[in-house]
Amino acid sequence: MRAFQTITSLVVPLDRANIDTDAIIPKQFLKSIRRTGFGPFLFDEWRYEDRGEPDMDCSNRPLKEDFILNDPHYQGAQILLTRENFGCGSSREHAPWALDDFGFRVLIAPSFADIFYNNCFKNGLLPIVLDEEIVDILFNELNKDFQLTVDLERQQITTPTGRVISFDIDENRKHRLLNGLDDIALTLQQADKIRAYEEQRAKRAPWLFAD
Amino acid sequence: MAGKTLYDKLWDDHVVFTEENGSALLYIDRQLVHEVTSPQAFEGMRLAGRKPWRKSRNLAVADHNIPTTKRAEGIADPVSRLQVETLERNCQEFGITEFAMTDPRQGIVHVMGPEQGAVLPGMTVVCGDSHTSTHGASGALAFGIGTSEVEHVLATQCLIQSKSKNMLIRVNGSVGKGVTAKDIVLAVIGEIGTAGGTGYAIEFAGEAIQALSMEGRMTVCNMAIEAGARAGLIAVDDVTIEYYQGRPFAPKGDHWELAKAAWQDLHSDEDAEFDKIIDLDASRIIPQVTWGTSPELVVPVDSSVPNPEHETDPVKRQGMERALEYMGLKPGQKITEISLDTVFIGSCTNSRIEDLREAAKIANGKKVAKNVHRALVVPGSGLIKQQAEAEGLDQIFLEAGFEWREPGCSMCLAMNADRLEEGERCASTSNRNFEGRQGYGGRTHLVSPSMAAAAAIAGYFVDVRNITN
Repeated sequence: MRAFQTITSLVVPLDRANIDTDAIIPKQFLKSIRRTGFGPFLFDEWRYEDRGEPDMDCSNRPLKEDFILNDPHYQGAQILLTRENFGCGSSREHAPWALDDFGFRVLIAPSFADIFYNNCFKNGLLPIVLDEEIVDILFNELNKDFQLTVDLERQQITTPTGRVISFDIDENRKHRLLNGLDDIALTLQQADKIRAYEEQRAKRAPWLFAD
Repeated sequence: MAGKTLYDKLWDDHVVFTEENGSALLYIDRQLVHEVTSPQAFEGMRLAGRKPWRKSRNLAVADHNIPTTKRAEGIADPVSRLQVETLERNCQEFGITEFAMTDPRQGIVHVMGPEQGAVLPGMTVVCGDSHTSTHGASGALAFGIGTSEVEHVLATQCLIQSKSKNMLIRVNGSVGKGVTAKDIVLAVIGEIGTAGGTGYAIEFAGEAIQALSMEGRMTVCNMAIEAGARAGLIAVDDVTIEYYQGRPFAPKGDHWELAKAAWQDLHSDEDAEFDKIIDLDASRIIPQVTWGTSPELVVPVDSSVPNPEHETDPVKRQGMERALEYMGLKPGQKITEISLDTVFIGSCTNSRIEDLREAAKIANGKKVAKNVHRALVVPGSGLIKQQAEAEGLDQIFLEAGFEWREPGCSMCLAMNADRLEEGERCASTSNRNFEGRQGYGGRTHLVSPSMAAAAAIAGYFVDVRNITN
């Protein structure tokens, strides 16, 4: 997994609550058996006038002018600012894959849905939970040239006026993200403990180990 | 010391070890696998040269992409076909049991799992699918995961997890006639909101929950995720144990006796402490209909579409306005005046035999209304289809003008050919009414199977309590 330390970037405001993973990446794109290539279809139904299909060339598709991601000013922005319960619904990891493939590295919201939040960390994306009042302030302060600096090591966001906002993150997740560690390799280092657990468990629940 | 909740017990029983910061390595007893969220996980295993830790703990079935008609002809869409074939190839390569499309045991992963006894009380159960919460109905700790975690479970039989908080939702008393498990869970979501359960495992309890069959309990836990909770739970009782006796993957002989004894403890202790408790009066719940594009935007059938002007929170108000526009509805419009184009009876929420019986009871001897140009019944598994046909339910549906289909996820998420057209309005027994969920521009109203059948016959929503069938 790609490591995350610090970034400074423009911020795209997406002022809606309860954005579900069906909206982030609609179902027809889930037929892909690859992990990449979802970026052009991110928010497909909100972004394009026509109906998207897998493997479509998106370069000439008609754009919905009023959708924020279509504003040329934000091209290359790596931070998304949004509202509560972002990523609710389906567990599809294609949602973080699409956000990542599009170029986002940081998502800021008052809350995220649990499965989505978890999936972000597996893909080098940093979801940051801030108090609703602070998210409100950011939405209000935000102008087109508004940039934020996000420093994972210090767990700090710095605004253009120099204000520093701290955020919480689970230590374990932070460590893995900072170093881009592979979860599976780490867990396999504990193989002895897993086997010991299985031996104990087989005594308690032999019917599960009958085969 | 306070007693343990059911969630605490299941958690503690599966912890391999806990780190100082509280994150734990949790052992997973069963992984269900389907074609959409697994190809990249198998590919990861292949690239790293890894083998499954315990291949027998995985059970696979294709459900999302597969056609519900003319199954013998295979899958017409080449992209869907590739995904289903990829699952088949991966299962062969990694030695994992898969029920093929033509196997009568094939079905929606969350219907097939309990039906086969592949999910059991006391287990930890995962699947790359948010509706894995369904299996909490069996007193299992079950939750949806992403594809990276599917790979993690394949390779290690474990997951790195942080413990959730405990929520108890008590549905006290009994529901009235015509009120189903679906109405109970929609009412719960209406009460706590789609993010109300975020960070929690929700245990459902109270007389109205205990009175439900296993299938009804599955409907309730299935939609815990629509309230934001990864896991829903219901205590084990005689209903649970009776349900699992004799199922193909369930323990037999001495093991069955041992298991049965161990499962008696799968309930919250009387002095267990919950972080949050919510009480609902079952007698006040009446059949529910969603009007918006989030399951929390739900009202009783005898009421009207709400007015966003009465909402004080600006973010919520904006959400309601957007939902009204998408759904093509006006504030104050009566729910019973909303007419329908399509009716869908199916999905991991409501495609089990009792759901089909309930719908058939309403449809018996009636005809689908002219304005409803499509009414689909999609059983949850091949075995349910056989059972329904043995009971003559297929004939009731066909005579009434419903289509009787092959099992799969179908129009719940429209990954196969079953989908809504733009602007089409559907009464659906599924679980999500998000924009575009059932097809680009499609409009979904979530209801119970009997409400869906009644809407198909009338052509618009009706209060099923007023139907005498």
